Amino acid sequence: MANPQAAPEDKNFATLQTLGELGDSYKYGFTTKVEAETLPPGLTEETIRFLSAKKAEPEWLLQWRLKAFARWSTMEHEPTWAKIHHPKIDYQAISYYSAPKNFTEGPKSLDEIDPEIRKTYEKLGIPLAEQEILAGVQNPTNQAKANPIAVDAVFDSVSVATTFRAELEKAGVIFCPISEAVHKHPGLVQKYLGSVVPAADNFFAALNSAVFTDGSFVYVPEGVRCPMELSTYFRINERNTGQFERTLIIAEKGSYVSYLEGCTAPVRDENQLHAAVVELVAMEDAEIKYSTVQNWYPGDENGKGGIYNFVTKRGACRGARSKISWTQVETGSAITWKYPSCILEGDHSVGEFYSVALTRNHQQADTGTKMFHKGKNTRSIIIAKGISADNGDNTYRGLVDMAATATGSRNYTQCDSLLIGNSCGAHTVPYITVKNSTSKVEHEATTSKISDDQLFYCAQRGLAEQDAVAMIVNGFAKEVLQKLPMEFAVEAQKLLGISLEGSVG
Amino acid sequence: MEPDERARAGLFLAFQYPVELPGVNTAQFLRTALNAHRAARGEAELEALPFLKLVRTEMQKLGMSEEFLSRSVNTGFSGGEKKRFEILQMALLQPTLAILDETDSGLDIDALKVVAQGVNALRNPQRSFLIITHYQRLLDYIKPDVVHIMAAGKIVKSGGPELAQQLEAQGYDAVIRNP
Repeated sequence: MANPQAAPEDKNFATLQTLGELGDSYKYGFTTKVEAETLPPGLTEETIRFLSAKKAEPEWLLQWRLKAFARWSTMEHEPTWAKIHHPKIDYQAISYYSAPKNFTEGPKSLDEIDPEIRKTYEKLGIPLAEQEILAGVQNPTNQAKANPIAVDAVFDSVSVATTFRAELEKAGVIFCPISEAVHKHPGLVQKYLGSVVPAADNFFAALNSAVFTDGSFVYVPEGVRCPMELSTYFRINERNTGQFERTLIIAEKGSYVSYLEGCTAPVRDENQLHAAVVELVAMEDAEIKYSTVQNWYPGDENGKGGIYNFVTKRGACRGARSKISWTQVETGSAITWKYPSCILEGDHSVGEFYSVALTRNHQQADTGTKMFHKGKNTRSIIIAKGISADNGDNTYRGLVDMAATATGSRNYTQCDSLLIGNSCGAHTVPYITVKNSTSKVEHEATTSKISDDQLFYCAQRGLAEQDAVAMIVNGFAKEVLQKLPMEFAVEAQKLLGISLEGSVG
Repeated sequence: MEPDERARAGLFLAFQYPVELPGVNTAQFLRTALNAHRAARGEAELEALPFLKLVRTEMQKLGMSEEFLSRSVNTGFSGGEKKRFEILQMALLQPTLAILDETDSGLDIDALKVVAQGVNALRNPQRSFLIITHYQRLLDYIKPDVVHIMAAGKIVKSGGPELAQQLEAQGYDAVIRNP
């Protein structure tokens, strides 16, 4: 019997054609027309003094920034160990501050937000009004009715709105722009800023420490379970600007908080820089769950434009039995360079990293995690799923470090790569160092391809090719997507499908 | 026509070696496939609950346990389970023409009966089946209307059910050489 299961031979050709038609598949590429106050490009000490003065920062913070800038100035170039390539970045050609005009200080009341900006967030599906979220009007998923989400909206360099603050305050939770926290909670900011990611930690962290403008600040007091999901929505709008946000989350003894961030940017021909720093601190028995759905503009099918996403994220499990869990879905950006990490200091503390990174067209991702086991009986789990299509290049890079003090500790790592087509790349680069004899480290890795047989099987059941790919990819990524808060898991599933439309080979 | 269009137009192919789709939930797969067919017929999408009711009824007929619905498509299925799952899909999608490609290969007698039952239950004047097999065994349970013998890509002989029995008794060589 002839093999009826052979797929049509011209599949590759058809795929290439469909790919060509996908130029406008990025749904968030629009620009908001809002008059902006933008600092001319360039970075000097004066720029930093301007930024600091703009936010009327205390002297200690200005000095902290200047010190970071001095260190950054001595660093000659970006780290070179990652498997990414890009033309030299001209840091003097970037503007380090852009804010909607007439934007004087921290977020005003929700009613006073510039209608254009409000519209922007509505288009993005992020309502900046509390009653609307409560009523579930704007949100397509039913779950949103029951679980309102507090949103901090960051537009270019400034936070334009933070919702549900009063309700959170009742629970004792502080959720506000970091620029505001500097004034209202100076003790906390000074104590923790740079305590997990030191100002001169790496090239991009040093740059961020010098020029960061806004981001979120979260403080959850002892024994408090944060009553709702917290989220920050980052939007880059202005041309030629970089976004340098800084997020700081502190969970006191026995507290719990779940935080998530989303990111988008307009379609532009030039590359834009996003260099963020996120620091998490979890005390005894505290738990922080940090989720990211990163969908910055990825560039076009020829690799033109797109965001350079160079991000330093790190959490410290300071107390015994504390837990930090990172979940990321990375579908956007021309380049992603990002290693959300955990320092497991407290005995029995737990670090988790769940990641789905998707690269297509000419996207490059070099992402993974670092798990530093210092306390006794600490545990970490790493589940990384890389999906590559077209000419996308996807690298998992991760470190598991068992210190001499980390007796009885365990790590389990699983890295799976899924390839679509013949010109993409998947790479796994695990680093493991063990300095005691009672720890256990496991590493598993697989590489697979979406096969023509799988697609043909789905087609025989009436599924269009793109639906079949979306289904297979979501099946591949399921373990990670399940870790996202419900509403976002649904969004992330759709996002993976949309991001891969027409990418079959 | 593309394969998926043909499928939605009513053609069903039961595979000899159904491929695994790791991580793709069977229930979700079945519902997506069914809804693709319904959409093509201009019918409304079947919601989760009525779908589950439907699929459970069909599974019961095939002697499949509930836990099938929480597994990944064909992943880790035994040969018999894979074939049952093929028949389940056929029962749900209600094709006009179903091609069963050596669906009986590697099946024990119980699984074979299940496949035959599935086919017989769907049999009606509006639906045709093309069953490809090497053995008479399956035809003990499914009584064919017409039997064709195919050799080297060509139909070399046609007849009624008795042709299959003749084959079983005399072997291919003898039957083909003596027309």
